[in-house]
This record gives sequence, C-alpha cells and structure tokens, in this order.
Amino acid sequence: MDLKIVNYGAGNIKSIQFAFQRLGYDAVLTADPEAILRADKVIFPGVGEASSAMRKLKESGLDTLIPELKQPVLGICLGMQLMCKSTEEGDTKGLGIFDTDVKRFSNEVKVPQMGWNTVTNLNSNLFKSIAEGAYMYLVHSYYAENCNQNIATTDYELEYASALENDNFFGVQFHPEKSGKVGEQLLMNFLEL
Amino acid sequence: MLTKRIVPCLDIKDGRTVKGVNFVDLKDAGDPVILAKQYAELGADELVFLDISATQEKRRTMHDMVLKVAEQVNIPFTVGGGISSVEDVDDLLHCGADKVSINSAAVKRPELINELSKKFGSQCVVVAVDAKKIGEEWMVHLAGGTIPTDIGLFKWAKEVEERGAGEILFTSMNHDGTKGGFANEAIGKLSDLVNIPIIASGGAGTKQHFVDTFMFGKADAALAASVFHFGEIPILELKQELKRNGIEVRL
Repeated sequence: MDLKIVNYGAGNIKSIQFAFQRLGYDAVLTADPEAILRADKVIFPGVGEASSAMRKLKESGLDTLIPELKQPVLGICLGMQLMCKSTEEGDTKGLGIFDTDVKRFSNEVKVPQMGWNTVTNLNSNLFKSIAEGAYMYLVHSYYAENCNQNIATTDYELEYASALENDNFFGVQFHPEKSGKVGEQLLMNFLEL
Repeated sequence: MLTKRIVPCLDIKDGRTVKGVNFVDLKDAGDPVILAKQYAELGADELVFLDISATQEKRRTMHDMVLKVAEQVNIPFTVGGGISSVEDVDDLLHCGADKVSINSAAVKRPELINELSKKFGSQCVVVAVDAKKIGEEWMVHLAGGTIPTDIGLFKWAKEVEERGAGEILFTSMNHDGTKGGFANEAIGKLSDLVNIPIIASGGAGTKQHFVDTFMFGKADAALAASVFHFGEIPILELKQELKRNGIEVRL
C-alpha cells in the first residue's frame, strides 16, 4: 500500500510513522504534490498552532491540493481542525472540507483537555470493531462544533465532534497513534477503507 | 468523561532503569523499553521517564532510548531530566517523545517556558515543580530538591501557567518517599488556582492515597514509582478501586 503523510512542517509525526510500522505498513513523509496525488491513502497530521500551520500549507500549495484528493484522507488533531471551515485559533480560515467551525473551550474547564476520554455515537466504518464508549487519547484546547458530519462525539464542557467524515475525508480529534490497541484498530480500519 | 490518569515514573541512567523494577517476571528488568510496553499493557495511562544521567554523552543514550520507546509503545510518554534549551526539546520530540518536563531550567530562566510553548505548543510542555513546606509556606526547590529558592509554590505555578505550560507536575518533598499519602491540601489549592492539569507526585503508598488525591486534591493525574515497580499496587486493581469510589478511569 502506498501510504503518505503530508509533510508541511507541522509538528512531530514520528509517532504516527511508528504506529503504522507496528501494524506492518511503511508511512512515507512527503510534501511532493505528485506523490500525494498518487498515494492510496493520505494522512494529514498536525500539532501546533493553527494560523502558522495554515500559512505553511499555503506556502507549499497544499491548501488547494488536499481538498481535491479523491482517495481516503485522515486528518489527525490539528489536521482535522484545519479541514473545518474556520478555527478561532489565530482567527484562521480552514480548508472547508468539513461543514463546521472550531472553537476554544471556555475557562470553565481545564484547558488543554489532556488525557483519555470516551468516543460515543460511533457512526462510520472508521470505527469498525471499536466499542461505543471506547477510550481515546486527546490533547487539545480547541474543538470542532457538533454537526451532521460527525461520526463520533466526546463530552468535555459540551458535546463536540471528535471525529468527522465527508465523502473520502475523515478527521479525528484524538491521537489514534497514542490510543493503545483501540487506536491501532482505528488506523487499521482506515487502511482497509 | 475525561478520566483521571495513572502515571508510572521510571528513573533512567545511561539508558537503563535504575532502582530496578520487580512487578512481573521479566528477563531484563532494567530495559526501559520492555518495561514501558509492559506498563502500557497493564493499563498505565501515560509514562514518565526521568533521565538522571550526569553527562552530555550519556544523554545521547537517552535519545536512543526515547526512539525505541516511541517505536514500540502505544501510549503517550513524557521525558524529563536535565532539559535546558529549545534544542534539547527539539531533539527529544524528534525522537518521538510526546511531552517534555522541565524543572530547574525553568526556574533559572522562566522565558524558556514561553519559548517552548510558542515553538512546540503548550500541550507538550510539562513544568515539574519540587516544593517543600517550610513553616506555613510551600517553597520551590531545585536540582532534585537539594537547593532551596525564595520562590513560593503558588506564585510560581501561576507564572508557569501564564508563560504557557500545558501541565504542572507537582512533587511534595515532604511526602516523597514516605508512602504516607499525597500532599492533597497543596494539590487542591494548586488545582483551584490554575486552569491547566495538575499531576500529583510524592507519597503514594496505598490505593486509598490515590482515591484521596483525586477526590480531595482534585488532581488530574497521579504519578508514582516504587509502588508500581515492585507490584505493591497493581495498576488494574488500583483503577478498579478508583472506579468503585466513583472516580472516572480508563479500564
């Protein structure tokens, strides 16, 4: 399988590569548009700050390439957030793949949310063999507002979309590469889509 | 609901765990990678590796270890000990660490917290604070608790939050090693004071101590070493006990 991770200099992707390696797949990091277009599956990672990540995407032209991809694409954490319409972080316009906006948690709860929380209302093949209420590892200060493209929700201060799906595009707020066996199951499901 | 986290801590010297670990029948109880995998399977929510190597060369060994842990372990882990610059953190994150913990370096040059959270995001910046209660005041100590400062714990906690720390790992030196329970009064005060997660450390001896630090200390996570390493408290049993007490955990 030709599995590519979009390289736009946003954050540490070693853990994602290692997670696929444990599953027996080689995930190659690349910024080359041709290579990304040709891939069977694409991972769109991201850790860090939204406006600077978006700037890096624009500099490399990846902001126009990603929404045009036809193969399954999985955005993780900030990657997922950048696939939404907009994010409050740095008042940034997103790629508009998912029909929802990203907001900051209020100070009524500890920010960032850090740790293991449940995913519920699972509604996609991405969650095949994953139980309702399974635990995933999350670290984030911003969340995607609940919408009709959600395929999982999580409760922290309010119910938000912790996973999204639109055609060939998938996004997860949690880190499957750090979520134990359940996370590995999700990555395997993505590879089998 | 977000769960409370149980965090075993491993002391590492020259790439090997020290003080030994004796909770299961392991071929090599000194190999941090084997131990880390074992802990992940036993239900630990996160791991902390504390590098107590003295020299720079030995720190290279630490990088190799971090790389191997990242390769084989599927839960998050933090690396701490002797980290004093943006470059140090860059190296460790590139080896696959999820978070780094800084301590003395942050006290000596608080701007380091700002620099790290700006460059890497606050989610990976843990500020470890060792403090001792002297009279009525909790005072911050450096270098593994050997050097006192004139900085108050609560003032410092507020400052590290403002500078962009994502989490505070608080160790009470009065409680550390006593197995008499966590410093819940101070932990509770910290938890109310700042809006970032607090990891309680120092004093774990029984399952009830963990119940107490989550209930009365309002800690977000609890860290311990020897009670886990020597199998005195099996992690699964601990989590079941927490659950019985109405504390949300990942089982």
